[in-house]
Amino acid sequence: MTEKADFLTGDVAAGQPPRETFVLNLGPQHPATHGVLRVKMTMDGEYIVRAEPVCGYIHRMQEKMGENRTYAQFLPNTSRIDYLSAMTYTHAFVGAVERAAKIPVPPRAEYIRVITSELNRISSHLVWWGAFLLDLGGFTPLLYAFDDREKILDLLEAITGARLTYCYYRFGGLCNDVDDSFIKGTREFVAHMRPRLKMYRGLVTENIIFRKRLEGIGPISQEMCRKYGATGPVIRGSGVSYDVRRVEPYSAYPEFDFEIPTFPGGDSMARYLVRMEEMVQSLRIIEQALDKLPAGPVMADKVPRVLKLPAGDYCYAVEAARGRFAVRIVSDNKEIPYRVKLRTPSLSNLSLFEEASKGMLLPDALALMGSLDLVIPDIDR
Amino acid sequence: MNPAVPEIPGDSPLKAAQAPAEQAAVTPAVAPWPNPLAHLQIPFRAVDYEVKGYHLEVTVAPGEVVAVATQLDKEGLALDTITGVDWMAEGQMEVVYDYFHLAKPLRVVVRTRIPRDKPEIDTISGVFPGANWHERETHDFFGIKFLGHPDLTPFLLPEDATYHPLRKDFVA
Repeated sequence: MTEKADFLTGDVAAGQPPRETFVLNLGPQHPATHGVLRVKMTMDGEYIVRAEPVCGYIHRMQEKMGENRTYAQFLPNTSRIDYLSAMTYTHAFVGAVERAAKIPVPPRAEYIRVITSELNRISSHLVWWGAFLLDLGGFTPLLYAFDDREKILDLLEAITGARLTYCYYRFGGLCNDVDDSFIKGTREFVAHMRPRLKMYRGLVTENIIFRKRLEGIGPISQEMCRKYGATGPVIRGSGVSYDVRRVEPYSAYPEFDFEIPTFPGGDSMARYLVRMEEMVQSLRIIEQALDKLPAGPVMADKVPRVLKLPAGDYCYAVEAARGRFAVRIVSDNKEIPYRVKLRTPSLSNLSLFEEASKGMLLPDALALMGSLDLVIPDIDR
Repeated sequence: MNPAVPEIPGDSPLKAAQAPAEQAAVTPAVAPWPNPLAHLQIPFRAVDYEVKGYHLEVTVAPGEVVAVATQLDKEGLALDTITGVDWMAEGQMEVVYDYFHLAKPLRVVVRTRIPRDKPEIDTISGVFPGANWHERETHDFFGIKFLGHPDLTPFLLPEDATYHPLRKDFVA
């Protein structure tokens, strides 16, 4: 074998130290990094020796903003952290405040929170699905995904007034009730989406080229997930049935019958399958919540106009589309929080990328990165 | 379909090939009492989850955080996050470590306080590699030095940042 050919087989992949490396800058403006993530890659030919994510390009210091405005004023900020799951993020913040101020939330409001959060989860997974396939070279699925997502955005726009950065939840309930047309439209969407997901399976999931790109690619072990704090579809794709909705139930989730999809493979295909199955489960939850939707008010009585939380710290965790999102509020009994900590899933999920991508081929590492479903403002905050 | 490639298990749409035992292993939402970490030599205080959102908390000396992390690692807990709180009036910095259990409803908070004029503490990135980024972020925001950390260069702040914005005396 010639020296050159030997070099191309990849010393790193063969377990040898690389003889010649170069640095490849992926991003911060690159179609495969979805936003402004930069990855500094030390390459040995096509193989990755070290891939170091460089974060902070859209850092907005959300936590400092939380320290100089009231709770109500900070609430809209929480929907701009992970802009694809604004509902669940605002849920965590209002949940932490409600917990601290002991504000009871009416059951109807909790049910509508579950419906809207699950709709938001489906729309988030649809964006991931389209964008992920775009990374892998398939353009058409993006158009299907956005077509379906549009229906969700229209439904949520009618009740919240926003299409992406919803601020629908309030301390003690919701800003307004849903109307009959939303309920009818959501039922129609559930009926529409089930056959669509079957079609997606035939169109993409069983596609042999697609599966060859993902199966066995980017394995992440349970232990690696635990050591890095990875959650959401990443850990469930490694066979751990961890879901905040089940382990630390919140809102009305204990009242619904749903499964936590878990695939043991740990590869990119397992993470893909988790998200596809999660959409089916979200439809199940939405359907049950619509069937059981109680009547009554959507806002608690007597929520104080000026909120002062008792001194101490309060946490609230939710299962966002990308995993565990937790808010910690430290209060010193003033109108303005003393400290707001935002624990975002994308940061922990990306932090294992350096270890997981070692020795991989660059195109495979992009498949791995896509299967982590990163939202960069969620990391940078 | 190519016979060399195995079928995706389960029926349509995308039924998971999941072990039912794993699903059942997740404990339902009850408080994890008796304290599942009672056998550790760590003086945990039980906290009302309904009010606080976590189950156990403990305040340790700054020198003990690595030992506590090692014990919690052996118990199978995962690292949630690391952050700081600046108690300027008391001249102290609080470092807060959050852990969570992967199967039980169990959240553990470990706190420690270090002097504000010499904010230094050992890194736990040797125990939990995921701590690396959380500690870098905490160093960015509070200027807390994590001794033994592999790389404390700015993580979210600009590469030439010399300020620590979450310190209470920071003025933009």
